[in-house]
Formats: sequence, C-alpha cells, structure tokens
Amino acid sequence: MARIVVITSGKGGVGKTTTSAALATGLAKAGHRTAVVDFDVGLRNLDLVMGCERRVVYDFVNVINQEATLNQALIKDKRVPGLCILAASQTRDKDALTDDGVARVLKELSEDNDFIVCDSPAGIERGALMAMYHADEAIVVTNPEVSSVRDSDRVLGILSSKSRRAEEGREPIRERLLLTRYAAERVAQGDMLSVEDVQEILGIELLGVVPESKAVLNASNAGIPVILEEDTDAGQAYQDAVARFLGEERPYRFLDVQKKGLFGRLFGS
Amino acid sequence: MMSLLSYFRSQRKNTARVAKERLQILVARERSQRDGPDYLPALQEELLQVIRKYVEVDNEAVQMHLDKDGDCEILELNITLPDQRHS
Ligand SMILES: Nc1ncnc2c1ncn2[C@@H]1O[C@H](COP(=O)(O)OP(=O)(O)OP(=O)(O)O)[C@@H](O)[C@H]1O
Ligand SMILES: [Mg+2]
Repeated sequence: MARIVVITSGKGGVGKTTTSAALATGLAKAGHRTAVVDFDVGLRNLDLVMGCERRVVYDFVNVINQEATLNQALIKDKRVPGLCILAASQTRDKDALTDDGVARVLKELSEDNDFIVCDSPAGIERGALMAMYHADEAIVVTNPEVSSVRDSDRVLGILSSKSRRAEEGREPIRERLLLTRYAAERVAQGDMLSVEDVQEILGIELLGVVPESKAVLNASNAGIPVILEEDTDAGQAYQDAVARFLGEERPYRFLDVQKKGLFGRLFGS
Repeated sequence: MMSLLSYFRSQRKNTARVAKERLQILVARERSQRDGPDYLPALQEELLQVIRKYVEVDNEAVQMHLDKDGDCEILELNITLPDQRHS
C-alpha cells in the first residue's frame, strides 16, 4: 500500500508543481518507489518540470477511460530509478476525472509504489478536490503573502471535511506547511510575513522553507527537478524538506539574511 | 552602526505586521463560519427576511458569529438597523 501525498495550495502559481517534482524525485532517490501524478487536467505542466514532455504518449484520462493501461501511460524517469510520472490530459473536459476512475488508478498505482505524489491544480474545484480526496498526507504550499495564506487556510478546511479519511471517520490527513518563495531579507525589513507569522496563523506543522531562488527557474528551463541541483539553495531546501518528510530532523538553513560586506550592512538593509 | 540601521528600519512602516493582523482576523472569521453547523447560512437568510418585514436592511445587516466556551456554543447575532435619518 502506498501513502498518498497531495501537494495543494488553493492559490495558483505558488510552487505546487515545483514541489511535486522535487518531493517525488527526492523520495525516489531515498529508495522509495514513487509515482507522481499530474491532476491539472487541461494545463499539463509536470511533464515539463520533470523534463519528460516528449515521452508522453498516454495520460491520466486515457487510463481512466481505459484507452491505455497504466503501464503504457507511466513514464519511467531516466535519472532516478523507482520514479515514474503520470501526465495530465490536455482535454478541456473538466469532468474527465471521474470518482471511480481516479480511485481505480490510485489503487493500481498503490500496488507497486511506496508513495504517490498528487500535484493538485490551483483553485478548489473538481481537479483540486479529487487530488485531495484520497490523500493520507497533505503538503500545503504557501507563499508568505496574504492571499496565499488565506487560500491555504481554506484548503485546510477542505482537507479536514471533504476527504475520504473524513468521510470514513478515520484518522485525519496529516497536514504540513511548506513555505516557498521566502525572502529572508524582506522578512528582516518587515515587508514580508515571517515563517513564524504564517505558522501561527495556519497552526500546522512546518515541513520546510524554500527560498525565493533563481535556481528554480533555471531548473525548470532545463527540465530538471530543482532538488537534483544539489549546490543550489532551493535544491538544498527541498532536500531538507524531503528528509523531514521521511522523519529526519534537520535544522533550517535559509531563514537568516546572508552575510554581506560592509557596504551591504550599511545600505543594503 | 547597527543602531543607526535599526533607526531607519523603525521609520518604515512594518507592512508584514499589518498583513498578519488582517489575516488573523480574517482566518478566525472564516474558520468560525465553516466549522459552524450547516444550517447557519439558511438561518441567516431567514432572519434577514423576517427583519425586512419591518425595516429595509441590506444583506450585510445580519452578522453571525459562533463561539465556543467550553462545552457551550454561543451564537452571537448582530443586527445593524439603518440610520434613522434616512428612513
Ligand atoms: N522558490 C522559488 N523561487 C523562485 N521561483 C519559484 C519558486 N517556486 C516556484 N517558482 C516559480 O513560480 C512559478 C510557478 O511555480 P509552479 O508551477 O511550481 O506553481 P504551481 O503552484 O504549480 O502553479 P499552478 O497553480 O499554476 O499549477 C514558476 O515560474 C516557478 O519557476
Ligand atoms: Mg502546477
């Protein structure tokens, strides 16, 4: 039985797909068989971030509609063994993800994997609800910014009331916060909510803090999950987050302003 | 040197603090709405209709807030009547 992890946020563009790719890659690198599934029907993107867009033949909806088998649709990652990707369909049909279809595909994936990472679309409509419904764990990706924090809180409400675990009266979904695009300098200046602020408002466990970093764009340009860029700040922050996800304790590395020269200390704030 | 720097910092408006305060209020309100019983929105709507039999009020006139005090749930109702001069 695999553990199902949903990467969710409510608000769009906060880093869910970046995080899904990093987490899935990190889990597989640590030796866990992992499948990462793109639930963003109509706006397929995970394949690009993972660098396998040219190998997509069949997608999630093809498997649901039984036009292809799961094995035909799964793309094996070429860099990390034990990692595979199920791409989203580009259909415009918002009802393509049927309840039964999604349940069946997740069940089948569950047989051969230790983790299933579900990349949720933005919003709180069907695709997002479907991605959340089956989850055992949720990573709530949040930017230190008012609308993202508010949307994250709404998503927490949905996770606790509209999930399968809630319906079956089982132990609730484990919810953890991943704060991304964090700019320690702006926090120090008082322009940006701090990690403590966001944690206090949302009241959930912290999994990691990923700094605002050029490395993320560079990695997605190249189709490499940023976690594999091991000498970058964002890559290391994701490595720490994955280690914590797997139960390890790691200190936080990117919360303080980087030391600057004299000039920076005087004028750079 | 550091004190000079912190002096300049304190002169700037701390927008993060404002953001945090606004979010705390908003999130508390939204949580109390979603954690409340399902009939709350319908109750609010009917209360509005009853009030409108007597005075004309807008949709915001009835505010409800659910609080927990130990085992006891308290439903706080706030009804804002229109300004007398205009009615
Ligand atoms: N830590 C970061 N630093 C800098 N840029 C980032 C960071 N994380 C994400 N981004 C950038 O933000 C953009 C959105 O990221 P991503 O696609 O992962 O978000 P998303 O939540 O999946 O978006 P959507 O809601 O549209 O699916 C991308 O251009 C990505 O490169
Ligand atoms: Mg995305």
